[in-house]
Amino acid sequence: MDAHDPVARLDGISLQYGKVTALDALTLTLPAGCMVGLIGPDGVGKSSLLSLVAGARRLQQGQLQVLGGDMRSAGHRRRVCPRIAFMPQGLGKNLYPTLSVAENLEFFGRLFNQDRQERQTRISDLLASTGMSRFIDRPAGKLSGGMKQKLGLCCALIHDPDLLILDEPTTGVDPLSRSQFWDLIRRIRASRPQMSVLIASAYMDEAQNFDWLIAMDAGKVLATGTPQQILERTESSSLEQAFVALLPEEKRSQHQQLVIPPRGEHSGIAIEAHDLTRRFGDFVAVDRVNFRIERGEIFGFLGSNGCGKSTTMKMLTGLLPFSEGEASVLGKPVDPNDMGVRMRVGYMSQAFSLYSELTVRQNLALHAKLYHLPADQGPQRIIELLDQFNLHEVADSLPMALPLGVRQRLSLAVAVIHKPEILILDEPTSGVDPVARDMFWALLVKLSREDGVTIFISTHFMNEAERCDRMSLMHAGKVLVSGAPQALRQQRGKATLEEAFIDWLREASGPDDNASEEVAPTAPTTSASAPAKVPRFSLRRLLSYTRRETMELRRDPVRGLLALVGTVFLMLIMGYGINMDVENLTFAVLDRDQTTYSQNYALELSGSRYFIEKPPLYSHAELDQRMRAGDISLALEIPPGFGRDLLRGDAPQVAYWVDGAMPMRADTLRGYAQGIHLNYLLTLAAHQPTTYTTSLVNVETRYRYNPDVKSLPAMVPAVIPILLMMIPAMLTALAVVREKELGSITNFYVTPVSKLEFLLGKQLPYVALGFVNLLALLLLAVFVFAVPIKGSLPTLLLGGLLYLICATGLGLLVSSLLKSQIAAIFGTAIATLIPTIQFSGMLHPVSAMEGAGAFIGQLYPTTHFLIITRGVFSKALDFAELQGYFLPLLLAVPVLTLASVLGLSKQEK
Amino acid sequence: MTRALGNILQLGIKELRSLARDPALVVLIIYAFSLSIYSSATAMPETPHRATIAVVDEDRSQVSARLIDAFQLPYFLPPTRIDHRQMDRGMDSGLYTFTLNIPPDFQRDLLAGNQPGIQLNVDATQVSQAFSGAGYIQQIIQSETAAFAQGYQGSATQPVEAVVRIAYNPNLDASWFGAITEVINQITLLSIILTGAALIREREHGTIEHLLVMPVTPLEIMLAKVWAMGLVVLVASGFALRFIVEGWLQVPIQGSMALFLAGTALHLFATTSMGIFLGTVARSMPQLGLLIMLVLIPLQILSGAVTPRESMPVPVQLIMSLAPTTHFVELAQSVLLRGAGLGIVWPKLLALIAIGAVFFYAALRRLRSTLQ
Repeated sequence: MDAHDPVARLDGISLQYGKVTALDALTLTLPAGCMVGLIGPDGVGKSSLLSLVAGARRLQQGQLQVLGGDMRSAGHRRRVCPRIAFMPQGLGKNLYPTLSVAENLEFFGRLFNQDRQERQTRISDLLASTGMSRFIDRPAGKLSGGMKQKLGLCCALIHDPDLLILDEPTTGVDPLSRSQFWDLIRRIRASRPQMSVLIASAYMDEAQNFDWLIAMDAGKVLATGTPQQILERTESSSLEQAFVALLPEEKRSQHQQLVIPPRGEHSGIAIEAHDLTRRFGDFVAVDRVNFRIERGEIFGFLGSNGCGKSTTMKMLTGLLPFSEGEASVLGKPVDPNDMGVRMRVGYMSQAFSLYSELTVRQNLALHAKLYHLPADQGPQRIIELLDQFNLHEVADSLPMALPLGVRQRLSLAVAVIHKPEILILDEPTSGVDPVARDMFWALLVKLSREDGVTIFISTHFMNEAERCDRMSLMHAGKVLVSGAPQALRQQRGKATLEEAFIDWLREASGPDDNASEEVAPTAPTTSASAPAKVPRFSLRRLLSYTRRETMELRRDPVRGLLALVGTVFLMLIMGYGINMDVENLTFAVLDRDQTTYSQNYALELSGSRYFIEKPPLYSHAELDQRMRAGDISLALEIPPGFGRDLLRGDAPQVAYWVDGAMPMRADTLRGYAQGIHLNYLLTLAAHQPTTYTTSLVNVETRYRYNPDVKSLPAMVPAVIPILLMMIPAMLTALAVVREKELGSITNFYVTPVSKLEFLLGKQLPYVALGFVNLLALLLLAVFVFAVPIKGSLPTLLLGGLLYLICATGLGLLVSSLLKSQIAAIFGTAIATLIPTIQFSGMLHPVSAMEGAGAFIGQLYPTTHFLIITRGVFSKALDFAELQGYFLPLLLAVPVLTLASVLGLSKQEK
Repeated sequence: MTRALGNILQLGIKELRSLARDPALVVLIIYAFSLSIYSSATAMPETPHRATIAVVDEDRSQVSARLIDAFQLPYFLPPTRIDHRQMDRGMDSGLYTFTLNIPPDFQRDLLAGNQPGIQLNVDATQVSQAFSGAGYIQQIIQSETAAFAQGYQGSATQPVEAVVRIAYNPNLDASWFGAITEVINQITLLSIILTGAALIREREHGTIEHLLVMPVTPLEIMLAKVWAMGLVVLVASGFALRFIVEGWLQVPIQGSMALFLAGTALHLFATTSMGIFLGTVARSMPQLGLLIMLVLIPLQILSGAVTPRESMPVPVQLIMSLAPTTHFVELAQSVLLRGAGLGIVWPKLLALIAIGAVFFYAALRRLRSTLQ
């Protein structure tokens, strides 16, 4: 490829989400080998554009050429994706929180087919250059926001991409980390000048340093050019101004220069903290923090990521109890149960925490009602907020379909809906575009100055910090300095507040954290920039997913433990609990004769080991009543004159009433009743030898395989297949859908891993776990239940292995098809519980079934494995006799896998 | 107080809206309460039903032919005539559940009154059929031989006769029981999953934390989930009973539907609380999935809906008397199949209230402590 060819060429690209147009016939050429910045208000299609270029989202209309090929072609995407790296929006969105820093990097390295040595060189290089070598073993979930972003960048850079796509990489990252981040990018570009970088950013001071900018609005391009050209064209002195100037008239008119009127008289204390401390184990997150915020004051909270700002705010809202110290809000000590205070405080958390299943309007309406706005004011207040926060257009959209900035506006609208006296806002403007931020600040100023609302706000934007009345700088759980922004800057003798802060932070953290002086990553020895071939199938990529899934399983030992202990527990329950020997049946006698003859007859019944006698009956009504209540399941009615008729040889008739509600029991009861009657006749015949016939034939019944007809030996081989379907399927069922719900599925979209590798890679660890499970159940069967394995153990194990592949395959299928975890759990329960327990021959042979149940039963893997376990356990069979039942299992494996592959999409729709 | 009720109402409506946003879940719920009930009710065979039987006939007489002809559908598939060698192989491979061996000179011995033996082999691994099927076969043999002998020797009546009358389900149609059991199973399954998963989802998405800074108490959060999810399941079960069980499956419902639904509501109170409890114990959705399985299987299998409760070991019976399903199964069977009224089932309702209250309290305590 010629270095001067554009890296991407867009021609008439349009993208629709339902009725919303995200991109509108966009035609654009992105130059190669430089930093291209995308700027524009929230929700103008920047993220959509980036994910299209990265290949993560399916193209709808138009032509898109990236790195010299058509992105519609799956073959081209597969070939170029090793040359593209994509870092999605959101802190640590592409990371796996339970995996350590090194493990995350290892995972990505494997996905790009790097061998061990190459991986290790690259990982140590990248970590050294980002100053993260010290945190190599820390789980990604426990890193601060800035470090997460750095790790995300390392993961994206591990394969030396030719095109690096970053979607708001520094949103929510503190100034120090931000400057380190850009230093890193600069150094990487210095060593790999051919790399193109495409970035969306909300920070105009960052955009200033890009080579080429694209200003977007409403799915269209407003202007392109170097920052200088854009400044000249708009006759602005700063990009922030240029940004506003570029907006269409109606949006520009909403923007006004922010003026903050001076604060009036002090009127008491709103929030006060005294030696506030919070420990998590040994870690001191907040260390004796003191501050006092006056009513009506705007108080800023600054500091690096993970320094304890959010923890402090959470303690003040009562979400987290504090370890030591005191705090009061509105003159009262913090009490998490005080509803009165909650009504007067508004809080906005760092992460989006509104309901993603409710539309913008529904979210507002819900909160209006929860805060008990009077019914006549609620709707009006909602309209007011939709106006103020510019949310009218998206009022009926779901939050997750909205860009981060718009979601933040919604969160803020919710936080002020009840006109609180205190607002505690945790980075409310992260990811919000400059115009919206100014509008938002105008509102805060109005609230503070006109309504006397106290505002406690944390931010990473220095221009916002300068707008605060007073502020505190936090680091490592401690407050470093507090005061008015102006005074703080002067105190340090710096030109800008940002410089002053970086100075303070560097001083506080010592030379250790000063990572930016580290070396740039060395140029790769093996040139990955010209990847000649991307194999269609790679075992290493497959195993990469296997390793990751295994690690996640190991980090969550409860899950593995539940699976193992759970199956053993269930086997005990089912082995002892399912009892086909119908015993202890309740009966009562309605004896209308009350002679020794009738009593003799009744004795036959009460003497039986199957029955328990209940108090006698006196009437039909009572019989009816007690049978309805389930008190008795059998009633014997002996007619008046029974003894007399018997003596006369008039053949009196006794009646048995059987409760038919439970047919299986009723059937057995009927059999017992007939047997007892027969027995009576035999006794009678023995006492009075007459010509009466009793039984002409002697039926010798032999119960094969289980001579005592005990349920246990019959149940144990049947329970094993059932448990090995339900538990492994449930374990696997969330494997894919969870990534979909939590966002890490993007890695699958943009890395060269194929659908088959992804699915099989995820399946393997669960098959292995299932196999351990099988062994545990076999040991339990033999040693605890004393049910011996009479046939061939290897046959059983081989069948078990195949069966486990089917069971996990079924779970994966559910997981690939569905979108939410709840649906996956319910779906798996439906797909396994009924077919295994009812249709697979555990209780009734499949040959006896009819209709849909019989059809499912014949196809379902459990049916076949059940025959194998029963054959091996009870009938002493080996492979030769059971081979016919392996075939359906062998067929089910590719069918299930193919269905999952078809159900899964390699791009977001 | 009205504030609290308002909150509970609004939060519950939110739950319903969330549910409606997940069309796949809605489809699954509809399936669970319609086709799933239908197919599992109709698949349940009468015992024995279409049982496989093979006969080794070494007599080849009139009476042996008569015996073979007596095994009829729907109880038995037409018997296969085989020889001795095929008998073992056929039983080993599960081809026949029963084999009957009629010895040579059977007819002669029978008519001579020698009480000839006849061998019946039963595949005891097929538990449910082994028992009742063997009983059936013995009965058939006795009555057919008796009738045959009668034809030769003239009748001989028995000194006492017995009639067996089956109440409530005279033909012992297994689908009646199967349908009701399936409705009960789906009620328990769905209510536990919906509430448990709804709680975990709130935690995984951070919305629960958001709720806690608002003037809303854990009690309100929990009650909202209980009523909303309970309502969904209640409506679904009412629908299933009316249109699937009564309409499609033609099961005559004996008792009062209102009484059953009242019992269902109480049962749901207990199971939704159980769902919340599991939601507080599990740390993530994958853990919850497993926990639910571990709880559901014993609840379903040991409740008396699969095998008779009185035949279970006494400790199991005692433990299971603390489970809501046990009482609900008894209540449902009494009301729907035996037509029992409030006067009969009130102790079950009380038991459900008591169990529900305990579960609710336990879940609320855990919810409170995990949220702080």
